[in-house]
Amino acid sequence: MRKVRIGLWVLVGIAAFLFGLFAYQLSQPKDEFIKSAMIGQDIPAFDLPAATASRPALSSADLADGKPKLLNIFASWCVPCAAEAPQLAELERAGATIVGVAIRDREEDVDRFLATYGNPFARIGRDDISEVQLSLGSSGVPETFVIDGQGRITYQHIGDIRPEQVSMILEELRKAGA
Amino acid sequence: MRRLVALLALILALPLAVPVLGQDSLPPAPYAYQQLDDPALEAKAQDLMITLRCLKCQSQSIADSDAPMAGDMRHQVRTRIAAGEDPEEVRAWLVSRYGDYVSYKPHLSSSTWPLFAIPLLVVLVAGFAITRRIKARK
Repeated sequence: MRKVRIGLWVLVGIAAFLFGLFAYQLSQPKDEFIKSAMIGQDIPAFDLPAATASRPALSSADLADGKPKLLNIFASWCVPCAAEAPQLAELERAGATIVGVAIRDREEDVDRFLATYGNPFARIGRDDISEVQLSLGSSGVPETFVIDGQGRITYQHIGDIRPEQVSMILEELRKAGA
Repeated sequence: MRRLVALLALILALPLAVPVLGQDSLPPAPYAYQQLDDPALEAKAQDLMITLRCLKCQSQSIADSDAPMAGDMRHQVRTRIAAGEDPEEVRAWLVSRYGDYVSYKPHLSSSTWPLFAIPLLVVLVAGFAITRRIKARK
């Protein structure tokens, strides 16, 4: 009988441990970011048409021209993209080359967005069916990728770039060889 | 009473009044809602789509979701399968972009093996304990 009692206590202990584990895990904030598995890899080949008449189109070849760049995934209909516009402008002033991919967007909407929030982009490609976004492992707008001069993805920033994150992005760009 | 009813109606109507922000106005990708002409290929695509996670609405499959991005993912799945790719190749393509997270299909790996091993172990231990008891009773 004594043996059974000890066994029971062991069971109670295991159950208490499990409940404790569940309580702990459930109380942890959920990480909603889905990281790209493409970091460290070459950017997949693509060739997008221009999203606006004011900037040239964007292809993967443009990203392997020897100079590290920021690849910003944005959309005119995306609210946080407007919020990060001043930070992109600051990055451009600091010497970063920024190219854009406009997701599911119309030319007139992109023009209006750029006229309102500024245009820090050297090139903007137009991705109507999120094809390039999916091939990059990006799951939302805005996202910013650091691409080194050889066209390799070295860093992914998910969400809008906050003012305090500008120097960190510049540091990532420097690490990529800028 | 009347006021209470009005207040109640207002509270019930609130969720409907949330403005639709952050939605694009572009039509869905060609194969987001359009099935493939070949029913066999469409069935293959459908079987795959119910096991792929929508990245925007993380508890739904891309087959269940009306998010534009899920539509764009369905377009990828359908066009790739129509082009002759195997469903598991399409899954591998997405996993190489988003990691295992994008797939609902369980698979054995260095981090998931306990999920398969523990139930087996529990059944073995239980079986052992039960046979011992039965023997003890006799």
